[in-house]
Amino acid sequence: MTKHLGFRLLQAAFVLLVMSLLVYGLMGLMPGDPIELMAAGSPTMTPEDVARLKALYGVDQPLLERYGHWLISALSGDFGYSRLTARPVVETLIGPLGNSAGLMAAALTLALIFALPGGIWAALRQGRLPDHALNLAAFAAISLPVFWLGLLLVILFAVTLSWFPASGVETVGGGGGLNDRLWHMALPVLALATASFGHYLRYMRAAMISTLRENWVRTARAKGLSWPQVVIRHSLRNAMMPVVTVLALDIGALFSGVLVTETVFAYPGMGKLIYDAVMGNDYNLALAALLLATALTLLGSLLADILHSLLDPRVRLG
Amino acid sequence: MSRFLRHPPALLGLGLLILLSLGAVLAGPAEHWLGADAETLDLASMLLPPSLSHPLGTDELGRDMLARLMRGGQVSLLVGLLTAAAAAIVGTTVGLLAGSRGGLADAVLMRLTDGVIALPLLPLLIVLGALDPTKLGLPPEMFRSETAGLVRIVIIIALVGWTTVARLVRSATLSLKQQDFIRAAQALGVPPGRLMLRHLLPNVASPVIVATSLSVGNIILLESALSFLGLGVQPPMASWGNMLTGALQQLFTAPMLAVWPGGLIFLTVLAFNLLGDGLQEALDPRGRS
Repeated sequence: MTKHLGFRLLQAAFVLLVMSLLVYGLMGLMPGDPIELMAAGSPTMTPEDVARLKALYGVDQPLLERYGHWLISALSGDFGYSRLTARPVVETLIGPLGNSAGLMAAALTLALIFALPGGIWAALRQGRLPDHALNLAAFAAISLPVFWLGLLLVILFAVTLSWFPASGVETVGGGGGLNDRLWHMALPVLALATASFGHYLRYMRAAMISTLRENWVRTARAKGLSWPQVVIRHSLRNAMMPVVTVLALDIGALFSGVLVTETVFAYPGMGKLIYDAVMGNDYNLALAALLLATALTLLGSLLADILHSLLDPRVRLG
Repeated sequence: MSRFLRHPPALLGLGLLILLSLGAVLAGPAEHWLGADAETLDLASMLLPPSLSHPLGTDELGRDMLARLMRGGQVSLLVGLLTAAAAAIVGTTVGLLAGSRGGLADAVLMRLTDGVIALPLLPLLIVLGALDPTKLGLPPEMFRSETAGLVRIVIIIALVGWTTVARLVRSATLSLKQQDFIRAAQALGVPPGRLMLRHLLPNVASPVIVATSLSVGNIILLESALSFLGLGVQPPMASWGNMLTGALQQLFTAPMLAVWPGGLIFLTVLAFNLLGDGLQEALDPRGRS
């Protein structure tokens, strides 16, 4: 277990390192140049000033040398300053990270409340009407473009009915308070939860169907146990294993997967931060945010491995 | 085949796809018949309600909605199919090489696949979509045409979308290698390249077909999301995604502008997902339902 974990952590560190070099290189290919942008903003700057600034920030050095400098300070926790917020990058990341985590937790909870019982029910009625109806609903939920669903929700609930606000995290000015924040989360959570609902219903259904085909289920039925007993006591834990693995993988990936939803609802989370940073030539911020998103994805897959070995005594990480 | 035909949702998907493709194919004649094309601005007739000359009305720049929806369908279907095909080719090559060679090649290719899977998909697509290829020293003329824009999206999405097929093909190849006919071929001295193309490739075709048809829907969703964010198909070329960007400004005055393109994305993605699911059940030897 420890050996396996150590290997996986080493592998994750390597992927992060390669990713940082890759993204660092890609940032250099972005349209525009931070120093030129600065120069365009202040007419008193002379070409000599521009050259001096370039030397100061080190942008006149070769790529690998600049990357080396960045890596050394990044390893000591210094990711530089964000161009958009004029604050240290690490400080800028904390708020959005929390916002995304809240959004994700609410959406996944909502999705699972409906998807898990739905998947089990569909599995028990396999090939009959409830199964077909739920399956079609799941496919529809998966196929909905999340930004379009967001727009429809805004048209219906924010424009026509004015029940929920269309964007933001809290009321401007007199905001604050948990209720206000939850009220603002309603529409983005609903949009996100819909797609997750479809995915989890299908995972749960497939896992339950394959579990119910096992011999021990037949034995349990044969010795006279009722279906609820067979499902809850004998099958659920086995059927949950693949679902839990997918969930752990999802948690890491969702931090960046919510990008489109957050952009539609102007919800200041990690996804919108990455989008704004890339669009606003904020290279330091974009680089750090992308690496954080990668690290979270890697962490999710590590978590999936560990959970899998904890739930299934047959799996030994060695 | 008969198993596929007995699967009603798959038939529904197939029917939807035939209708949508028909709409895309007929975009040219329809423009001629409507007397309006998808890209000419007409500021005198902005946001018109549906009428005989504009069956679905006009958008915020006076362009015929129906013509734009049909042209947008061409773009979405083309990008979806081309990207899925490109990703399938890359994935099959990687999977076959890793599975049949084994050893160091296998280790390197599979670690590469793991690495790509760990990347945050959407942010990476945004970065790739935003970057300026002329900074790589490529001539700017290469990127002016509309075709270049489409090729670019296909490449960007295919670059990150090949991993599922690679894993499937590798595991299928590994189990094929244990079978007698492959061992016999090896014993007869069939060269590795011929072994891959003539003996392994035909036998991994069905998982590749299933995974590819299931991926088209996802690719269309990614393309429309990128276009919606302004990084995919660029205006004036119509795509369902970038039509929604325009509709966003008119949400209060003309909500129908947002309903049509999104609804078509939804139906197309649903159709491919149902079709892929049907193929999976029909081609999977274990599924006997």
